[in-house]
Amino acid sequence: MEYIFEIHPLIIAITVFVLAVFVGYYVVWSVTPALHTPLMSVTNAISSVIIVGALLAAAPLDSSIGKIFGGIAVGLAAVNIFGGFTVTQRMLSMFKKKQ
Amino acid sequence: MTPNLAAILYLIAGVCFIMALRGLSSPGTARRGNLYGIFGMIIAVGTTLAQPGIEDYLWIVIGIGIGGLIGTIIALKIPMTAMPQLMAGFHSLVGLAAVLVAGAALYIPEVFHIGTLGDIKLISRIEMSVGVIIGALTFTGSVVAFAKLQELVSGAPLVFRGQHLLNLLIALLIIGLAVLFCIDQSPTIFWIMTAVALLFGVLMIVPIGGADMPVVISMLNSYSG
Repeated sequence: MEYIFEIHPLIIAITVFVLAVFVGYYVVWSVTPALHTPLMSVTNAISSVIIVGALLAAAPLDSSIGKIFGGIAVGLAAVNIFGGFTVTQRMLSMFKKKQ
Repeated sequence: MTPNLAAILYLIAGVCFIMALRGLSSPGTARRGNLYGIFGMIIAVGTTLAQPGIEDYLWIVIGIGIGGLIGTIIALKIPMTAMPQLMAGFHSLVGLAAVLVAGAALYIPEVFHIGTLGDIKLISRIEMSVGVIIGALTFTGSVVAFAKLQELVSGAPLVFRGQHLLNLLIALLIIGLAVLFCIDQSPTIFWIMTAVALLFGVLMIVPIGGADMPVVISMLNSYSG
């Protein structure tokens, strides 16, 4: 495939990172103070997207120390993902009743 | 699945995560926001599982099964008053997972397409150093925060003479080790760097009192994210 612009991948990565910083900043400021605890638990669950890296490491056919690391990391991240989203849901359902 | 399709799916997952945070701007949309978060995570995990490098599902199934079960049970059983320490506890797990993923990248870099054993791309070496340092200090920092909140140790701030100087020296040592690792990518230096970062996480959090812990957790959360 022909590329019209030859941009170094690092520049693209920096572009994405800078834009993400701004999006994150403004989105988090828009969160209402009453919901700061669910915000913590949901960002915690989302930061477990590191599971993507863990899945890649746990998946090769031949075993190695790296695969063991990956397998453990999948388990740890899964605790966080399931726990984080479940506890957020629990907190938010309490909120609903009070309203 | 082509790399372009995967990239688009990861983009959709990222948009879902932003929508999840955006949903928290009002209580009425918050629950839908959480569902966006779950949906985004399913897309991210599903896309990764469809990658050609994923050949052995055994560890993945066991990891998600056991981890998911433990996480769900804790989340359902925990009293609401224990929320701050739960966040700290969960957060230490993300830190540890980040350390393990960086460690895995060191031994099997080919699965991440970042080079081969002993010949990892420089940019990836920098990323691995940043990842392992932040992961390690998030891990021990969160463990200390958890212990203080759970009152396993005294919540009183621990301060001593020369604390700032010691922390500064350790920070410089970590940076020095990271530079060394980026130059010669030796596993020994990688693990020394990790150990020093683990120690740094403890030293950073011990001078902070129990009442300030929620702030610390948010801060560590932002570091690892």
